[in-house]
Amino acid sequence: MSPRQSLLAPSRWRPWEFVLWAVIWAMPVVFGSHAALINEIAILALFALSLDLILGYAGIVSLGHAAFFGVGAYGAALFAKHVMPDPLLGMAVAMGLGALLGLATSPMIVRGTDLTRLMVTMGVALVLLELANKFDSLTGGADGLQGVVMGPLLGAFDFDLGARTASFYSLALLFVAFVVLRRVVHSPLGISLQALRDNRLRLTALGMTVQGRLAAVYTLSGALAAASGALLAQTTGFASLDVLEFHRSADVMLALIIGGAGWLWGGLIGAIGFKLMHDLLSTWTTQYWTFWIGLFLVVLMLAGRERLFRPWTWFKRGGPQ
Amino acid sequence: MLTLLFDGIAYGMLLFVLALGLAVTMGLMNFINLAHGAFAMAGGYVLVLLMQKAGWPFLACLPAAFVATALLGALLERTIYRPMYGKPHLDQVLFSIGLTFMAVAAVDYAMGSSQQNVQLPDWLRQRFEFGSGALQLGMGAYRLFIVATCVALALALQAVLSRTRFGSRLRAAVDDPRVAAGLGIPVDRVFLLTFAVGSGLAGLGGALGADILGVEPTFPLKYMVYFLIVCAVGGTSSITGPLVAALVLGIADVMGKYYVPKLGGFIVYVLMIAILLWRPQGLFTREARR
Repeated sequence: MSPRQSLLAPSRWRPWEFVLWAVIWAMPVVFGSHAALINEIAILALFALSLDLILGYAGIVSLGHAAFFGVGAYGAALFAKHVMPDPLLGMAVAMGLGALLGLATSPMIVRGTDLTRLMVTMGVALVLLELANKFDSLTGGADGLQGVVMGPLLGAFDFDLGARTASFYSLALLFVAFVVLRRVVHSPLGISLQALRDNRLRLTALGMTVQGRLAAVYTLSGALAAASGALLAQTTGFASLDVLEFHRSADVMLALIIGGAGWLWGGLIGAIGFKLMHDLLSTWTTQYWTFWIGLFLVVLMLAGRERLFRPWTWFKRGGPQ
Repeated sequence: MLTLLFDGIAYGMLLFVLALGLAVTMGLMNFINLAHGAFAMAGGYVLVLLMQKAGWPFLACLPAAFVATALLGALLERTIYRPMYGKPHLDQVLFSIGLTFMAVAAVDYAMGSSQQNVQLPDWLRQRFEFGSGALQLGMGAYRLFIVATCVALALALQAVLSRTRFGSRLRAAVDDPRVAAGLGIPVDRVFLLTFAVGSGLAGLGGALGADILGVEPTFPLKYMVYFLIVCAVGGTSSITGPLVAALVLGIADVMGKYYVPKLGGFIVYVLMIAILLWRPQGLFTREARR
């Protein structure tokens, strides 16, 4: 195999990926009555995908990704309420806002250690939460932003209560984002990001600029996270302070970790796993489901993340790798 | 004005005692323990239980809270924390968030989700007033007691760290665990002891501040950010850094919430981001570390 072929090999679509996407697209058709859940999963998957881009590929630890989610949600909701109810335009505006925020905050995540990055990302999300709380005439504060009416998608498909349109809309956006990210992570930029994650010093020695690359990927990730937030606001017609809360950042991180960071399917699989687990646990123990989520996290971390997304290694040899 | 300053100092001292264990854990083993607040909560609940159910006096409950949480810390360190030391930071963060979730839900289950009331003894409910006008200084006996206790603790800890054999071993282990181990310092045991004392201090802080901070199941999540700010801003290599950071944070928080209540924690977070952008390693850290 020539070097060119071996470099291109991982970027090729595998047969099982086509099959999985076919299954995913069949979901809202087959389980039409669960369209709302499918919509939620697609939104979380898109959010996790955006986190995977910076965490799994660029190695940026973030506990404040909800900042982008919230900006997207409020951006889309406010745009629909005050300017125009068209969902696609609103989506573009929300993504633009997310990208702007990503670009503006990217200098903050270039410097320092993991701890500093954790704190700064978390701080940005908290600052936005406080701002959203303060400007309650604009955002509705703790009561949430009400009276958001979305126009029909593409001028033809209304957002119905059964969330049928919503689930297709979210899945379509998720699919587009997935295909785009698949190109990005296998492009020279994506490969240099992975090198940067593994050894920043060496990449600098090769003569590549670290800051520009990080800023680019952080901006893209911000735009995608904002898109997922906008999806939530548009499909539910509602935005509240909840979109900026800390638990959003923690949940998406958890979903990504369940699926495994650093390969794009991780976000999708993790979102499905997390939502299903959440649904099962909260019907079983409404108040205490966080205990079991916590226990799962602790066990997962003690046993090792590697083994979770390689289930076929579970029964081979005991002990973490 | 002065009253606010005093309240801020009391709050800051409390944060310092609470966060100190976390700072040492981070500095020593490079371990980000988000579950630190859970130990503080445990201390608060020990105090509440002992006072309400067993009728112990307030003063006797404080050492009890320290000992109980220190033992808990030692136990957890031996069993589940140790395997996590070598893992990447992200794993540690998720692991300790998981522990926090478990602690919150477990306490909610065992004790109920409501805030617990603490009956302070009468001698702590007095209030002293000095001066008048803008310079008026009103000091609650309770806050005065907190400041006095925390100053005594800080001085004692500083003495232990700089004067005793254990202190010099600890400092050596913080600076370079491998060389320290090579010199025959039992880094494992030093760390076990330090972790236990750090957890105990958190428990003591939680018990001491039961009336200011409140004792409720969401405590660890509510104050996690504050502890982390103290450690990130103050740096983890000395005891002075977290102290100054905690005082600044306490004063800024109390003042901010008094003068611009609508902004809430806004000022604190912006201040933190600004400081971290200016000095990513923290205010009081020697530049060369890792």
